[in-house]
Amino acid sequence: MSATPQLPPVAKLEQKTVVDLIAKGNRIDERGHDSYRPITIQTGVIEKANGSAQIFLGKTRVLVGIKVETGEPFADTPEEGVLTVNAELVPLAHPSFEPGPPDENAIELARVIDRGIRESKAIDLKALCLQKGKKVQVVYVDVYVLDHDGNLIDAGSMAALAALANAKIGKYEIKGDEVIVKPDRRPLPINNYPVSVTFGKVDRNIIVDPSLEEEQVMNARLTVTIEKSGSICAMQKGGLSGFTTEELRKIVHIAVERAAENRAKILAAAKI
Amino acid sequence: MQNKHPEKLLDEKGLRVDGRRLDQLRPVRLEVGILDKANGSAYIEQGKNKILAAVYGPREAHPKHIALPDRAVIRCRYHMAPFSVDERKSPAPSRRELELSKVIRESLEPTVLTDLYPRTTIDLFVEILQSDGGSRCAGITAASLALADAGIPMRELVAACAVGKVQGQLALDLSDIEDKQGEADLPVAYMPNSNLVTLLQMDGILTLPEFEKGLNMAIEACKTLHTMQREALKNKYSQIREVAEEKEEPEVIA
Repeated sequence: MSATPQLPPVAKLEQKTVVDLIAKGNRIDERGHDSYRPITIQTGVIEKANGSAQIFLGKTRVLVGIKVETGEPFADTPEEGVLTVNAELVPLAHPSFEPGPPDENAIELARVIDRGIRESKAIDLKALCLQKGKKVQVVYVDVYVLDHDGNLIDAGSMAALAALANAKIGKYEIKGDEVIVKPDRRPLPINNYPVSVTFGKVDRNIIVDPSLEEEQVMNARLTVTIEKSGSICAMQKGGLSGFTTEELRKIVHIAVERAAENRAKILAAAKI
Repeated sequence: MQNKHPEKLLDEKGLRVDGRRLDQLRPVRLEVGILDKANGSAYIEQGKNKILAAVYGPREAHPKHIALPDRAVIRCRYHMAPFSVDERKSPAPSRRELELSKVIRESLEPTVLTDLYPRTTIDLFVEILQSDGGSRCAGITAASLALADAGIPMRELVAACAVGKVQGQLALDLSDIEDKQGEADLPVAYMPNSNLVTLLQMDGILTLPEFEKGLNMAIEACKTLHTMQREALKNKYSQIREVAEEKEEPEVIA
């Protein structure tokens, strides 16, 4: 069952400092309300993966590895490859993360990242069909949170996109029932570049890219994922409160701007 | 069972497969207080959706360590019956159900005055008996009625409805076929008096103008559903009054 989360004990004075600074148009790390923390992306950091990328979003650190294997297609899409996104909140990343099967936060993180990639048709799944209805390529996107300092959704989705753009797959040949993988490495077919932008609501103020300190005082969260032509391809609201319609109208416009800037950074890191 | 997939979701007149206009809700039936043991309960039919919601609590937290010192913990389970969809669904909770349990809880947290019941839990069960597209929204509409029926103090009722896109046109309250073949889905939960959107998800592709128009359509539908919810609550209590009045007939003293 999903239960109201127990927030870590944070001193009231510290909470007040974070909230007051935001109310004054400032932030604890001296950013503007609409700006991101510094973003650094490295690609190809895991040689054994088909593709990989590590992102530093401020002090948040997320590693994404892509593995491509052969498998069976879903019955309702016999001519399409399969995309699977999984997220691990690794216990070394934060004191509240515990070993065990993914909890609702890990599942939500994976599903929001998945939604952006899937709905924008970022991966050309039709190009991953080897034998209609029998054999297709399965793309596993594993999101590994290594250091949690807030906004895992944006860090995870940007790293996932960079890792997908970095991924190389082998050439496949079908002989009878056998699939032969040839070492010739070609890029994974990518058609779109979805970028998520996450907002936090602290009192009545809207901030972009909340850090962990800000997440602990915010009332609600909203992620808006924008695809390359500037349309929305995924959204997810979280948190214990909500957004007014005026706030939502403002948010989607900021999302389009920030997504374009971050997309350029990701593509530069992936050398596209 | 619905195996036939129509080629067109809109006909020449702009009507949908079930004959609705683009801005029309499916028929909705709401009933309040229909389970005997639960502290509060509600039933909703919306199209072919058949959903039960029940509330237990505020009650002592089990296990105790989940309790919060300054407010009640809300717990929520969204669950689909194995026979609720075309192909049998395993009764074990799927990743989708786990996510929906979370977003449904978060859509109702803003309305419940949880600080009145510290150290307790309020448990909310949403059971999908038959699913026909938009079940998370119908579930929220029913769950907020169940909370009210349990007598839990709330700011207001929460209503929810989805807007989608079929053949390039925004359409209210997608049915199962429209949802599966449609180009976008935008479920929204709304508190009309507070002007607060408490559930917002989206998949598919929407431009910014489409999003704004879709959000407005969903909010208007939520307002309509909100009126229906109030009627359903009033109905239950007017029925109780009738029963009470019948019993009050004066006894004949010999």
